[in-house]
Amino acid sequence: MNLFVIIISSMLVSNVVLSQFLGICPFLGVSKKVETSVGMGAAVTFVITIACMITYPIYYGILVPMGLEYLQTIAFILIIAALVQFVEMALKKFMPALHASLGVYLPLITTNCAVLGVAINNISDGYNFIESVVCGICTALGFLIAITILAGIRERIEFNDVPESFKGTPIVLVTASLMAIAFCGFAGLV
Amino acid sequence: MNSCTERLKNGIITENPTFVMMLGMCPTLAVTSSAINGLGMGLTTTVVLVLSNAFISLLRKVIPDKVRIPGFIVVVASFVTIIQLLLKAFLPFLDSALGVYIPLIVVNCIILGRAEAYASKNSVLPSIFDGLGMGLGFTFGLTCLGICREILGAGAIFGKTFIPEDFHITFFVLAPGAFLVLSFLTAIQNKLKLPSATNVAGDDSLSCGGNCASCTGASCVANKGIVEAERAAEKAAKAQAAKEAAEKAKAAKAAKAAQDAAKKKEE
Repeated sequence: MNLFVIIISSMLVSNVVLSQFLGICPFLGVSKKVETSVGMGAAVTFVITIACMITYPIYYGILVPMGLEYLQTIAFILIIAALVQFVEMALKKFMPALHASLGVYLPLITTNCAVLGVAINNISDGYNFIESVVCGICTALGFLIAITILAGIRERIEFNDVPESFKGTPIVLVTASLMAIAFCGFAGLV
Repeated sequence: MNSCTERLKNGIITENPTFVMMLGMCPTLAVTSSAINGLGMGLTTTVVLVLSNAFISLLRKVIPDKVRIPGFIVVVASFVTIIQLLLKAFLPFLDSALGVYIPLIVVNCIILGRAEAYASKNSVLPSIFDGLGMGLGFTFGLTCLGICREILGAGAIFGKTFIPEDFHITFFVLAPGAFLVLSFLTAIQNKLKLPSATNVAGDDSLSCGGNCASCTGASCVANKGIVEAERAAEKAAKAQAAKEAAEKAKAAKAAKAAQDAAKKKEE
């Protein structure tokens, strides 16, 4: 039951982009076409899941026994940066097809604050291993949902008559705002 | 010293990170629910930016080129950790208000961007002023956004309420309000044709494709070049058109004069 609450709240209620404001840059930058945004979302899901699996044992296995909790930020960002490089190499070697479709997005993810944000939140919320992995996957799926919806809407906006001064970023921000209102509606679920 | 004041002006006005460059959007939207939070976040980022710029500038000849990005990340992360511990000890209310966004300063693209674009190529003093200018520009942007949202949403500035509670629009302090206020501020900027990363026709012309996720700050210089070249081309085209029009008018005048002369001759 607890897992179910985590799934709903991390995917919908406190959506990573629309209510926690993490990963805004790729959300606004890579959402021009549905195809690329799905690719980006999939790559983020992949990296966040692995990052959650690795940061958890490192925090509780190395940092806590040695009393180095304050090194959390430095350790996590280095793990994530190294992880992204490693995942890219591994994909290139063992799954060339997946690498061809996700490869371009992988280097961009190091600076995606959603990855670091989820890793830090998992620790500060005191989740156990299963819960933090589930929370990671669902947060990333929430990102995938939000960026795909935004890309779909942006493809339609291309054909609309937008007021001159709202062209470009402003209309995207208005769209994001309306989506955030819609996601506020999930607040009663948990 | 002249270049130092120039760096300050550049950071606060010419290349303001929030309004002109549109960098560091995550904290911009997340912590600006009140003016004091925006100010706190901005000043925290400024301190990190100044320290990391100074340190990276000192180490610019030591760090090998191939591993410079991880090197920068370690320097920035160390300073963020120091600042986080200091805030926890001396300003606990700010620490609890900003929460997870303090460790996330590490991935703020302004800091890595300045390290890559300026501090790794220039000497210490200008780098410090560059960091100070950029940081104050960011603080200015966040405080503006925070003031707008606090007035509309809570009827107050810096916690001093002056609008009765019946007229508060709570929407603006919540998540959707952040997007909406920012969209209106950028729209006003477009309307006034102020320089901004957003009112250049078609983001695709930017060398980074307007994609902040891949931004290390290095593309900003290239972008400036592109934008300037575009503006120059536009100007040149205009001048050319004016020239052509003038020539046409001249030719028409000449033709008319010739016609008149011919008419006179006939007469």
